[in-house]
This record gives sequence, structure tokens and C-alpha cells, in this order.
Amino acid sequence: MQRVLRDKRAILLFILPSLVIYFAAVLVPTVWSIGYSFFEGSPVRGFTFIGLNNYLDIFSDRQFLNSFWLSIKYAVFVTTGQVFLGLVLAIFYVLVLKRFSVLIRTLIFFPIVLPAVAVAQLFSKLFEITPQLGLVNSILSSLNLDMWVQAWLGSGDSAFWVIVIMDIWRSMGFYAVLLYAGLIDIPEDLLEAARLDGANGIKLSRFVIIPMIRPILISAIIFSLNGTLKVFESVVALTNGGPGTSTSMLTVYMYHSAFAYNEYGYGSTVAVFLLILCLIVTLFIYKFSRKDVD
Amino acid sequence: MKKKAFQLMLAMILSLLVVGCSSNSENEESTGGDETASGETGEESIHYLSTNNASGGEVPVYVDQTEEKTDYELDIETVPQTDLVQKIQLLSASNDLPEAFDFESGKPLQELIDADAVLDVEKAFKEIGIYENLNPGAVDLLKRLSGGKGLYAVPTELNLEGFWFNKQIFEEHGIEVPTTWDEMLNAAETLHENGVQPFAVAGKEKWPITRLINAYVMRYYGVEAMEKVSRGELDITDEGFVEAANQVKSMADNGYFGKGANTLDADAAVDMFLQGQAAMYYMGTWAIADFHNEDRNQIGVDNIGFFNVPTVEGGVGTLDEYNMNAGLIVAFSKDKYDDKMKEWIEAVFSDYGDRAMQDLGLITGFNVNEMPEDISPLTKLISEEIDNVTNGALWFEANFDARTKQIAEDNAQLLISDSIDPEVYMSELAKEIE
Repeated sequence: MQRVLRDKRAILLFILPSLVIYFAAVLVPTVWSIGYSFFEGSPVRGFTFIGLNNYLDIFSDRQFLNSFWLSIKYAVFVTTGQVFLGLVLAIFYVLVLKRFSVLIRTLIFFPIVLPAVAVAQLFSKLFEITPQLGLVNSILSSLNLDMWVQAWLGSGDSAFWVIVIMDIWRSMGFYAVLLYAGLIDIPEDLLEAARLDGANGIKLSRFVIIPMIRPILISAIIFSLNGTLKVFESVVALTNGGPGTSTSMLTVYMYHSAFAYNEYGYGSTVAVFLLILCLIVTLFIYKFSRKDVD
Repeated sequence: MKKKAFQLMLAMILSLLVVGCSSNSENEESTGGDETASGETGEESIHYLSTNNASGGEVPVYVDQTEEKTDYELDIETVPQTDLVQKIQLLSASNDLPEAFDFESGKPLQELIDADAVLDVEKAFKEIGIYENLNPGAVDLLKRLSGGKGLYAVPTELNLEGFWFNKQIFEEHGIEVPTTWDEMLNAAETLHENGVQPFAVAGKEKWPITRLINAYVMRYYGVEAMEKVSRGELDITDEGFVEAANQVKSMADNGYFGKGANTLDADAAVDMFLQGQAAMYYMGTWAIADFHNEDRNQIGVDNIGFFNVPTVEGGVGTLDEYNMNAGLIVAFSKDKYDDKMKEWIEAVFSDYGDRAMQDLGLITGFNVNEMPEDISPLTKLISEEIDNVTNGALWFEANFDARTKQIAEDNAQLLISDSIDPEVYMSELAKEIE
């Protein structure tokens, strides 16, 4: 076996199939897309080479800057919410519910099983105002808080928060289970010792539990950031970037540029920026976590 | 302990993979289900991509005609109107246009004409011998929309646009049918004060908002306002345009559109009007099909009136000029035009005007040879209005490219949700039009 694995040809043979697939499915489209960003046009109209013009235009594009900012804002809030609430839930499972957490765990995990489109339908009904009041508005109205009854999805600010709440709700169960797996790995005697030293609740979490699961926590943050920066389907399904463009994140703007405005080159340019953003964020966290593990 | 954790992780990742895959395939099924059907379009079926399902709009006429006169089957794929242009452009890019499809006249169609992807309808209809059935006015309108490139679409609808109103509500509040914009606003104020929502506006669809802006614009500058903008003869940041945006914005601010107009879709808006929850509803005459639907119309056909966009102070527009359009048009793939399609087109369109009138009370861009006797009051009303028309205006975005159109529509939602000012609305548009 040893001899086989030392043979360069054998190694090549083993990795070749996956390399070919990776090359065809990931690298080629990426390079292709970067190539498109130097062109203007669409498959219907044909393409013309315009050099770096797309990259120059993009910085004076108010809509792009707005989307860029929205993406970052969304990623920060949703990642914080998902991972923080996931951690709180995981600690809750381990410290409070202990062996009886199965049912709760399953229930909270459940939304991630649902398709984003279904969840978006659910939330659009929850926050509905017309033709009839949705659950949220009905509750507000029955509590005589009529000044709060509003079109949650009808104005940019509140629609953004509805998306944030929806995505946190949808995936916090996933992060809870992820972190839970790390938590049950902490030796019971260690917790016992900490308790004997008088650490309880918040102190126990802060000084014992979190340092113990740090590597998993960092993976969770990378997972979450990458997911949230590239959020697409839940936004499209809930607001389609609206009202107007007030919830149009980078991915949605990229999609609209390429497929609605029929500007493939410009859409590709937006995609390149998204790629760079994801790379920077991932590298940053990776470096940070490396240092930490060492 | 470690093993257990590992197993748990593994189980979780596996379950996620399964979930991921299943939700993916589910999505594919929901959007692609029809596509598989279309992919398999055999010799015996005709693939028609529509914004309606088999019972919506004028589609029942196609279905009946296909069933009665041909051996083919009509395979209808339904897409939302907001995705229509995009979907067709993608299909066109991959040389796989459906045999027949709904589409937007104007810029999007012009691109397909330039790409030589759509059938020359004038030539085809003349060859089949049914060109004479087309209403010359409708043909003119479509040719104007295609930028003078010719007739590449079938005018399956011919629409006037204006305000539909609930006669009973008007009577109860002592409101006369308004002829000036101010009268209309006064009426709205009276209704609003009495707890009746004046207008049902499907803001979620975006274009119903820009139609209102356009209504004011075409009264202020006349029917060619938007065409003049695209020719550079008028500046869209001029006072009349800003005032138009301002009017619509203040109507929204005053609560005339009710709460959350931006979340109301087309169906919900028409239901609102048909259930008597809103007094007025700006829409094209295609809405008559919905008005005739007894399950939906709870206020009764006799209770619905129509008035043309009222005139505005200082404007040049007059009441014999209407906002007009040919609705969504039907176009055909040039590549897939063969004897089968020829037969189908002849079957469906040889007496299309009569059938649409008889079955659905729809006014189309086809001549009606025999006016049915039991014609509905609404259809009669509109037929009479059409006789009044001296000149027609196109809709707001008719001459915009895809991006400008999107900006006009997106920003319209922001305009009525109080996020941008009328000046900004028009100056953003001006930037794009340049």
C-alpha cells in the first residue's frame, strides 16, 4: 500500500477524476465569468470587448455600492444571530435540558429542512398587512398597538429585518446542533471541576465552555459568513430585492444585472467582487483561527 | 464520547446532504417540471409559454380552438410576468424558444427581432390568408412598438387603460365621475374620510404605480410625452414629470392606496376592488376577464364603471386620448415554425376576434365579424369608448431598455413608500436614459 501511494502516477490516477470534475464545474465557469466581466452585451445581442470599463463603472454605481453595503450588513447581523443563538441553544441543550433535549433539538433544527421558498411564503403571510392582517399585525392590533401595525415587507428597512429574522430562525437550529456536537465532547469532569470552583451559568460558559469549543465555533462562523454573503434564494423568494432595491444584496443585484437587465458582463463584474469579498473574509478568519489553534 | 460526537457529526452532515439534495430537486421540480414536459414536446403538442394558466386571460380560447380544430395538444407552461422577459431571453440565447410565447412588445421584442429569433407575423399571416382579420389600428400600435421593424407579434389583446370604479360606492358618497385630476383627488379624499379605501394599487407588481405616474404625464404633455423623452425632445426632469411623481407620492402618503400597497399583488388588488373594499382601480381593459368571473366579482358587473384618465390643470391632454396598449403579445419562434405551427396558427387565429369576444368578452386586435347579442355591459362600454379614441399613449416604460425599466419600477416602489423624493425619482431615470 505504502509503495502504491508513493508512486506519483498512482496519486495522479486517484485524484484525476475529482480534479477533472472540479476543473470543469468550478474553475472553468469562474474563469469564464471573470472573462465575461471585460465584455459588454448579452447572448442575444452579442458581446463586445470593453476592457476595464465595467470595473470603472461599478464604483460610481450607486446601486452596486448599496448592494455591497447591504450584503455586509446582512452577513454581520445574520452570522452573529445564527452563531450566537446557536451557541445559546447548544449550551441550553447541554446544561439545562441534558438528556431530554432530543425533541427540542429536532424541533429547532426542523426549519432548515424546509425549502427556502416555503419558509419565505410562511414569513410573507406572517408579516402580511393586506388584504388581511398577518399574524404579527393581528397580535399588534389586538394588543392595541395599532401604530406598530405596518407593511413590514412594504418598506425597505423593515423588510430587511424580516429577512434577517427569517434566516436566523431558519438556520440557528443547524448551528445549535453543530456546536452541540462540540459541547458534548467536553469531558464531564472538567465541567464538574469548574462547578466546584464556583463557576456557574454565564461564567461557566464564558471561561470553560467557549474556549473548549473554539475551533468548532470558528468553523461555524466561516460556514455562516460564507452562506450569508452569498444569500440568494430566501431574499428572492421573500422580497425579490424589493421594495425597489432596498433588500437587493450583491447576489440579487448580480442576478438582476445579468438576467433582467441582460448585461452579462456587468453581472459578471459584480460576481467577481462577490468572489473577492468572500475570499477576503474567509482568508481573514482562517488566519485568525490558525493563530488561535496554535 | 469522542466516537459518539463523531457519529453525530457524520449523521448531521449526511442528513444535511440529503436535505440539500432533496430541497434542490424539489426546487428543480417546481420550476423545471414544466420544462421536462416542454423538453419532450413531441410532434403532437405545441409548447406555449404563458403568463396565464389554462383558465387565465385569453388562454381558454387557445385551448378550445386547439382541441376543437386540431389533433395537437397545447402544452402550457406558466411563468410569472416579472420573470417573463428574462426567461425568454435565456431561452433565446440557448436557441430554444418555445413555439409560441407571451412577450412584452417594445424594447424586449425589438432585441429578439434583431437577433432574427421571432417569426415575421405579417408574412406568415398573409401566407396563411388571415392577415385581413387583424385590426389595422392594433397593427399600427404594434408596429410603433417594434420601432418600425414590422409586425412580429399577434395583438391578442387591444386595451384601453383607465380608472374602473365602483358605482355603488360613488353613489353612496355622492361622488360624480371625475373629469379633472383635482376632482378625482377630491373624490379620493371624501372616500378616505369616510373609511373607504379610494384606490386598489398592486404595488408589488411595480408597473401599476408607474402607470399612475404616466397617467398624469400623458395628460400634462400629451400622448407622445414618453416618446419625446426617448427622442430627446423632452427632459424627464422637467416640472411636469416631477409633478406627476409628486402627485402619485402624495396620493400614497395621504393613504389613498391603503396600507402596504407595495405588498399587494395583482390578484389581491383586483379582488380588493371586486369585493368592494376599494372604490377605484387603474387597470387596462384586460381586467374585464376578471370582472366577468362570477366567483371573484362580488360587486356585480353592472356595478362597475370606467372613466378615462382625468385632465390636469395646465396640461395639453384631452379626454379623447387614451392610454393604450396591446397587452402582452404572443410571438412565435422562427426556428420552430413549420407546417404544424402553420396549421395551429390558422386554427386558433382565423376567428380569434369572434371567439375571444363570445367566450370571454375580450376586445382584441382582431376584427369581430359578428357582434354577439348578449354582449356584456362592460364589453359594450369599452367598445363604445374605443370608438371615441382619437389618439393613444403608450405606457411609461414602453421605450425604456430593460435596466431603465427596472429602475423606473423599483424606484416607484420607493417613491410610494416614502424612501425617495419625486425629484430624485426623475433624476435617477434621467441618468439611465442618457
